[in-house]
Amino acid sequence: MSSRTLPLLFINLGGEMLYILDQRLRAQNIPADKAKKVSAIPGWIEADRKRVMNDIITTMFNKKFLEELFKPQELYSKKALRTVFDRLAHASIMRLNQASMDKLYDLMTMAFKYQVLLCPRPKDILLVSFNHMDAIKDFVKDTPSILSQVDETYRQLIEMYTPLSSGEFQLIRQTLLIFFQDMHIRVSIFLKDKVQNSNGRFVLPTSGPVPHGTQVPGLIRIFSCTGEEITRLKFNNGGNYTTALREGSFDIFGDRVTKLGTNMYSVSRPVETHMSGTAKNSAQHTKVSAAPNPLAKEELNLLARLMGGLEVQKPGNTDTDFRINLFATDEEEEEALISRPDELSYGVINIQATKDQQANAELAKIMGEFTESGDQSPSVSNKGDDLLAMMDGL
Amino acid sequence: MYHKEKSIQIKNSASALYNNLSVLRIAPRRLTHFTVVHANMVNMVSASWDGLNYTHRQLQSKEPNVATSTSLIMQAAFCVLPSRDLLVVTSQKGIQMYESDGSIMVYWHALDTPETPTAQAVFARGIAAVYENYICVGVSSGAILVFDVPSKGSNITLSEVLEEHKESITDMASECSGSQECIANLVTADDGGNLCVWKSGEEFQLLNKIPGFDMSCSSVKLWKGTVVAGYGTGQIRLYEAVTGILHAEINAHARWIYSVDVAPFSGLLLSAAEDSLVRVWHMTITPETNSVEVAHLHNECVTDTQICGAKFCDGDGYAFAVTGYDLSEIIRYIQS
Repeated sequence: MSSRTLPLLFINLGGEMLYILDQRLRAQNIPADKAKKVSAIPGWIEADRKRVMNDIITTMFNKKFLEELFKPQELYSKKALRTVFDRLAHASIMRLNQASMDKLYDLMTMAFKYQVLLCPRPKDILLVSFNHMDAIKDFVKDTPSILSQVDETYRQLIEMYTPLSSGEFQLIRQTLLIFFQDMHIRVSIFLKDKVQNSNGRFVLPTSGPVPHGTQVPGLIRIFSCTGEEITRLKFNNGGNYTTALREGSFDIFGDRVTKLGTNMYSVSRPVETHMSGTAKNSAQHTKVSAAPNPLAKEELNLLARLMGGLEVQKPGNTDTDFRINLFATDEEEEEALISRPDELSYGVINIQATKDQQANAELAKIMGEFTESGDQSPSVSNKGDDLLAMMDGL
Repeated sequence: MYHKEKSIQIKNSASALYNNLSVLRIAPRRLTHFTVVHANMVNMVSASWDGLNYTHRQLQSKEPNVATSTSLIMQAAFCVLPSRDLLVVTSQKGIQMYESDGSIMVYWHALDTPETPTAQAVFARGIAAVYENYICVGVSSGAILVFDVPSKGSNITLSEVLEEHKESITDMASECSGSQECIANLVTADDGGNLCVWKSGEEFQLLNKIPGFDMSCSSVKLWKGTVVAGYGTGQIRLYEAVTGILHAEINAHARWIYSVDVAPFSGLLLSAAEDSLVRVWHMTITPETNSVEVAHLHNECVTDTQICGAKFCDGDGYAFAVTGYDLSEIIRYIQS
């Protein structure tokens, strides 16, 4: 539908991902003077945590990547977007097992679905995006090089979205809602705050301030042919509404007014998702993405730009691998992987950076744009397989 | 005034699209067809009046001779013409017309979709059957395609393209009072809230343009020469179609309105919005004296649901049906 949806989807999901990772990294934090292996999961010292956040944010806001992102295009399939985020989550020294990655993605998507649904006006999705951007900016405030990338993204968002009409924003919102259709994963932080019901559906209150530009329902006005008001009738609106709040700021800086899109996680509130009870709902899970996608090539371009930033993976070395677990224990994580209902599997395209020089040639070119500190890169050869063909072979 | 009846289960949940419910009552066969759009599919269920039989059918948005399609559907609506009923389905790729039971596709019209996506989305949305044998469909560019429909067969032709709107068409409606005396018999609405009033014929005539306020008009009806329009601000406005005089303004909903419907024999008005509420009103319109009255009658709250479709199931408004985003059922209410 709307060809301007992907940047908002990516930035907001990315923002949620950063909130969650930041919370988990802090939760697994070990003070610098005790930094030694005390469990199977090495502790995170503050410097490492900052490095992980910086690495991911740098990749997210890479110039070439954003260029591709902001092009008019249809939304990616769920599978392709999940793969993009898989790669993004691994753009640093941090490692996530499949179960933790699944959970991370569940949390990200349910959080943004909640924000999209609860936005009073479709245009408020832009304010939600700015809330995420503001937080990202705060994560990298000490690193000027990344900061300038983030500022550039603000400008692109403002340029692309502020001229849009309310109807065009509603089309974007409707496109997002189709993407999130039938997702009812229960998130414990939402259940505790009573914003989500036990059946996985979000609570939509019939009270509170009306959106900016809307009047509180309850009035019928009748006019004469000359435009004078002849009658005024009141009716019971069945809710408990109040007048609208002031409008949030759509500038680079400013009070966004809405709390949607701000960081709802803190170290003391572990976030869990519940798999049981969602299987029933997912029986209606749409099979739209199963059809061959004529836009597959475009999706993979974006993927490739991200993949270019990956180092060639050495065999896992538990001493240097920094693993993050979204569950309380390793056992829980393993259990989650085994018991995940089939319908909820993301069917992630498993892409490993291959050691095949020819296949890597195309990527190597792009890699050049990503690599900052001269990490090893495969030797460049000018001939490369067609990107699509390479993907088909994986 | 109304109470809830047994819901009809559908195969997929409803997508968040304007006017996402269409109802066709077939009295001779004592059944009613309902259609609800889910992404690239139309869920059709035919319910017998005795409540014992439900037949389901799914239609995909599909170009003929193309194996699969990921084209998203914007709207599906029944079109009732004097000689036949058709089901029209509009999507990102084009317009499909089926026999009203969804059994055969009788016509396909492809939209001009660019090779690479452009910033402005391309799709068809807004469907109306117009006196005497026309079906009008809106396009994202603002154009309105007028199709000439023969009394039977598939020789449907594009008769005219009306280019008056500059923004995407959201909805359109033909005069539903059944009166032949109304001069205007079509109203079209767009994303800027602008309304155009037309008279059908070999060449459609533009009778009036009612400007919007930069706020999308998502659903519109035309009854006894009065335009009933629902807006993104939650307001409903009643305009005299030919003159553009504003007769009534209702602060009806706290969120974007997704559907308005009129029961032509009784003057009942149904409105539904993202705020979870369906409201029933009564309109008294006397064209001779130019007087309009509106009274609020009833509220129904569909808890935790953003409503995307609401229609009366009969001309008197004795029953109505509702669909909501992520909901896999058609909720029904009948008068107590």
